[in-house]
Amino acid sequence: MPPDPVILEKLKEKFPTEIVSTNDSGEMPVAVIKKAEGHSILSFMKEEPALRFDFLIDLTAIDRQKLGGTPRFEVVYHLYSVTLKHRLRLKIQLPEEDLRLASAVDLWKSANWMERECAEMFGILFEGHPNPKKLLLFEGFEGYPLRKDYPIDRRQKIPVPEEKL
Amino acid sequence: MRSRSIENLPEESSTRRMVLNIGPSHPATHGALRFLVELDGETIAKADAEIGYLHRAFEKHTEHSTWSQVIPYTDRLNYCSSMANNVGYCRAVETLLGIEIPERAQRIRLIVCELSRIMDHLICIGAAAVDLGALSNFWYLFNAREQIYDFTEKLCGARLTTNYTRIGGLMRDVTPDFLDGIRQVLKKLDKALREAGRLLERNRIFMDRTQGIGIISKEEAINWGFTGPCLRASGVPLDLRRAEPYYHYDEFDFEIPIGTRGDTYDRLMVRFEEIRQSAKIVEQALKKIPDGPVMTDDRRVALPPKQQVYGSIEGLMNHFMLMMDGITVPKGEIYSATEAPNGELGFYIVSDGGHHPYRIRVRPPCFLMASAFGKMIEGGMIADAVAVLGSLNLIVGELDR
Repeated sequence: MPPDPVILEKLKEKFPTEIVSTNDSGEMPVAVIKKAEGHSILSFMKEEPALRFDFLIDLTAIDRQKLGGTPRFEVVYHLYSVTLKHRLRLKIQLPEEDLRLASAVDLWKSANWMERECAEMFGILFEGHPNPKKLLLFEGFEGYPLRKDYPIDRRQKIPVPEEKL
Repeated sequence: MRSRSIENLPEESSTRRMVLNIGPSHPATHGALRFLVELDGETIAKADAEIGYLHRAFEKHTEHSTWSQVIPYTDRLNYCSSMANNVGYCRAVETLLGIEIPERAQRIRLIVCELSRIMDHLICIGAAAVDLGALSNFWYLFNAREQIYDFTEKLCGARLTTNYTRIGGLMRDVTPDFLDGIRQVLKKLDKALREAGRLLERNRIFMDRTQGIGIISKEEAINWGFTGPCLRASGVPLDLRRAEPYYHYDEFDFEIPIGTRGDTYDRLMVRFEEIRQSAKIVEQALKKIPDGPVMTDDRRVALPPKQQVYGSIEGLMNHFMLMMDGITVPKGEIYSATEAPNGELGFYIVSDGGHHPYRIRVRPPCFLMASAFGKMIEGGMIADAVAVLGSLNLIVGELDR
């Protein structure tokens, strides 16, 4: 399905200063935005009647360390509208010094586990997350395995519970 | 929802809450999963799911493999339908490369995808029924699955970890008896479905255990990110085979079964009907499989024919480069989704133009359903938790990756 140009136009209209770049040539429209208004843009995407992105398909991050360019991290949201049947990729840029981002769990419950996974894999802090615990890794795991500077052959000792009889 | 109130009981007989662990190795948890439930009598007051016991670091591994080396890893995502995962990954890479695979390969991929769906649903319904104490369905259904296994073995030499597709096409063509064989399998499948259906559809115990249990409404299902049969059981007619057709799905005549209540019964019955629809698609697809190659002739991804390798320097170099360095994928990124048996299986791939993927993210369908599981069983009975779990079809391979 060809990308719908309305999506990016609406976004540009509403948040003209927050957009870093947009791309309409791929399989779905892409918008790279600044971090400051991240949550209000997501909320706008969900509520705006012409967009109605009621479905958060996927949430992940990319460590762009070896791709060059700044900032280092990008949190990627894949949105889908069940009623209007269109998609959007929204990227929020995060510099390495400040990895805090507002949680989207209040908008989509599906963000809950995906944010937890993203947090433990990349070290991104989702502020306001209801349950910021580790999900896939054990408690006490050090480092962020999906970052490019985490070596693939690093091993860690699994802590043994002390209350063993 | 059945729940008892303890407020009216006299003070001395009121119960204390108890924390119970279900799993990580429990016959009903279908893999290494752990559920912490807080019980008030037999009623679940609070529930939380804990995963991560099977985390194999799929996404990290792919960054250190060549593009083709990732294919066998995808087998282990949803090991009940590995071929659908193979197709999902290869299709994503092909889209990024801009390669159109030959018609014959597309049709065969469609057939193996639908066979995967049948296999996955058979095991899901069978295992869910076993969890409820009905064993004979499992034998009827698994017998049919076994027949399909025999054909995946003929197709690619493996039963479980198929590793069947290649970037640009298929590992090899099907044999003529394969096609006849599938027709025979479909007949046996039909028989198995009728037998198991008779045992379940009007079974009082099965209905009491599943109807009205683990209800999830349309809006909630969307909000929690449900896809696939579980979303459709809640009444949302979303199927990527219709919404964003690939491999000519739009040319086939099939229906998308929709549930009405979104309970455990609906989720299992939607799967029953999907098996029948998939069988219908396979039957139609078998009627005309176009002739031609099953591998693209794009030399960026496909090995040259042996004659060229031994007969020309260009062919030899092409072969060596593909063998030593692997495929090079141009810079860019893509999100490509297919309708896997469990729901939307998405691959988000970032390439930096090198021989290795820069980043591959898998969007596993059952990850999001698992995250809603705790909420779905709260307020129900402890025995219902097992029934709900069976209907969600959590496959730990793709849950943890």
